[in-house]
Amino acid sequence: MYNARRLVLAHLSLAFAAFALALLLGEWQMLVRSPLHAWIDNADYYYRSVTAHGTVMGYVFPTLVAMGFGYAISVSTLQRDLIGTRFAWLGFWLLAIGTALAAVTVAAGRASVLYTFYPPLVGNALYYIGVVLVVVGSWIWVALMSVNLAAWRKDNPGQKVPFAMFANVAGAYLWAWTAIGAAVEILFQILPVALGFKSTVDAGLARVLFSWTLHAIVYFWLVPAYLAYYTILPRAIGSKLYSDTMARVAFALFLAFAMPIGIHHLFDDPMVGSGVKVMHAIFTAMVAVPTFITVFTISASVELAARQRGGRGVLGWLKALPWENPAMLAAGFSFAMLGLGGAGGLINMSYQLDSTVHNTQWITGHFHLIFAGAIVIMYFVIAYDLWPQLTGRALGALSLIRAQLWLWFVGMLIMTLPWHVVGLLGMPRRMAYYDYSHPAIAPDAWLVIASVIGGALLVVSGLLFIYVLASSFRAKPVPVEPYRLSAALHESRLVPRALNGFGVWAGLMIALTVVNYGFPIWQLLQIRTTSVPAVYVGGRQ
Amino acid sequence: MKQFGLWTVLAVVGMVIAGGLVSYVWLPQVQYEGQGLLAAWCSAFGVPGNWAKESAPPAGRIPSDVILSHDLMGEAHPSDVARGATLAASCAGCHGPTGGAGGNAPRLAGQYATVVYKQLRDFKSGMRSSAIMSAMTSTLADADMRAIALYYASLRRPAAAESAGPEPAIVKWGAPMRNIPPCGACHGDIEHTMASPWLKGEPEAYLRGELTAFASDTRHNDINAQMRAVARSMSADEISQAAAYYSGARR
Repeated sequence: MYNARRLVLAHLSLAFAAFALALLLGEWQMLVRSPLHAWIDNADYYYRSVTAHGTVMGYVFPTLVAMGFGYAISVSTLQRDLIGTRFAWLGFWLLAIGTALAAVTVAAGRASVLYTFYPPLVGNALYYIGVVLVVVGSWIWVALMSVNLAAWRKDNPGQKVPFAMFANVAGAYLWAWTAIGAAVEILFQILPVALGFKSTVDAGLARVLFSWTLHAIVYFWLVPAYLAYYTILPRAIGSKLYSDTMARVAFALFLAFAMPIGIHHLFDDPMVGSGVKVMHAIFTAMVAVPTFITVFTISASVELAARQRGGRGVLGWLKALPWENPAMLAAGFSFAMLGLGGAGGLINMSYQLDSTVHNTQWITGHFHLIFAGAIVIMYFVIAYDLWPQLTGRALGALSLIRAQLWLWFVGMLIMTLPWHVVGLLGMPRRMAYYDYSHPAIAPDAWLVIASVIGGALLVVSGLLFIYVLASSFRAKPVPVEPYRLSAALHESRLVPRALNGFGVWAGLMIALTVVNYGFPIWQLLQIRTTSVPAVYVGGRQ
Repeated sequence: MKQFGLWTVLAVVGMVIAGGLVSYVWLPQVQYEGQGLLAAWCSAFGVPGNWAKESAPPAGRIPSDVILSHDLMGEAHPSDVARGATLAASCAGCHGPTGGAGGNAPRLAGQYATVVYKQLRDFKSGMRSSAIMSAMTSTLADADMRAIALYYASLRRPAAAESAGPEPAIVKWGAPMRNIPPCGACHGDIEHTMASPWLKGEPEAYLRGELTAFASDTRHNDINAQMRAVARSMSADEISQAAAYYSGARR
């Protein structure tokens, strides 16, 4: 791990510590609004919890994983020390301080605005400042990834950038550009109100700016998980990456198509034109392309291993896969959840169908299945894969790790599938109380109880995960081999020039953003009468 | 493969053109057939069209002419409170010498300034009717009403009014299925929204009377009809429970 060992360990440790706490909050929320618990005395406790859970799981946890894994990729694929470790630590501490600041403000009941901010709700300024510190800390990482790649390029002119680093930097650039939307919203719309300089918010414009961030951030969360598919899984099962070129294409396309689609979150908002929404729906469909490239490439990569192990037939080779290997098991679960969640996503992205599920529990089910399911289970794989490198000690029994992954998968399905059903039945999300004695809601009760049980399995799995990582510190030291990522089946020395750099893709990303966001934002800026009085949260007159 | 980047860019440009034709030309025309191309385009791009005219406020009775904003009370000056105290001498007969009331008139000590100010304005304009208060406010200037409101806000809430028995369900949780939020969500115990009064310590008869008046629409100066909607959905029993709880009366 060259000079980045402690850095990566710090990022992943903080990430998973925050994750474990937010996981407990999530289960508490589900419990208190289920038929198993009396209504809580003060609904604000519920909203504090939702805000903290969302802020940690949406901003802090995936950002720290992407950063930690990114540093590990940088040193291990470029095979050189990380440049700028002092700045990297600065970024880490900004994240840690920002998280603490936001968490304390939320816990004190001063910023129950949910992680999506929801202007004209306005909470205490310290919460937003905490979030800004998290983002600024992550931008340092973006800059360092860029600098390290540039330095390597300078010393290796004309060489092919290792795929993992290419994808890692693509993720970093995507994040840099997508975070601008929420950053502008906070700095120019919300903070002036929270600090008392203004008392009105242009809620429509603020929501459009947030949608700039809100969808592409999902692909930023996704990048480490996809990197784990491409770079950890084939190596872990003794196979090779089927196509280095297609892997690059997938990440390049994410860069281009992650941005111009965010307004599908605003299908039911009145301030955006219907044509703009159709345009965003069309581009959302394009995300299927890099997703299917990934599914096909990874399936082909693992099929190689299965055939070598004697797998036969069109689908018979699936049985020959090394399912006892945690990386393989997790990837199988991840694909299953990605498939289910993706099918639901097709409904959300359809302008017409979305109105039936908008703001219902269906949506919560959808993004938990994709993010907490398909993506986070691959974060576990990343942690398990890197941990011996970071601690110099072996992990405990594989059976424990497999049990943890099984629990996460089963728990996630038991939690999210009932959510989908109650969402279709009309249950709104983000509500502290449901009156299950009402005849219209009574049929939902058993489904809600089932999802609480699913959530409990996730808590057990999450704690087991922490236990496996923590207990390895007491294991015997083992010799550490250099960290390796998957090799490609055909390791060509050359790739198309466009796939060795980011010019075309970052250019497309910015151009498509301008095409799809330029007019709505410009037009909302023109209308002077759209500001509404702020609604202060946390007792401010 | 050499021109991979170029071909991708061309394909994306083609997509933008094709997608744009569908989104901004074809679909709007189908959807708004007969209303003219301009209306269709306005809708597709989100440019305000005719609907802006339609959304003018409906004619007829308005609930209040006070516009609630966070600078409603303006900059408070220390002398405002003193002047308010002088003016409030004429309120003392019913509301008590220091706003602590005694009979069935509401206590005003420690009440939010925006609340007192808005009610005074509504009494004066006739948006809220009261044989006594309409007469009392008829001679007050806007600055007087501000001063009186700031004076009462500057007083301490009576300590005894802060403690009451266990909250009845309607106060604690509201009734989600009837769209009734917990009282404290607006009235300050949990969260405070503008112009919602602090209720603890108000006389039981006054609270019951106002809730009944909201329910029957005889009082209607709540700007978005929020109290009328809540009160209409409350049972007579719930109204009694809420009034008793907030007045501090134990049953």
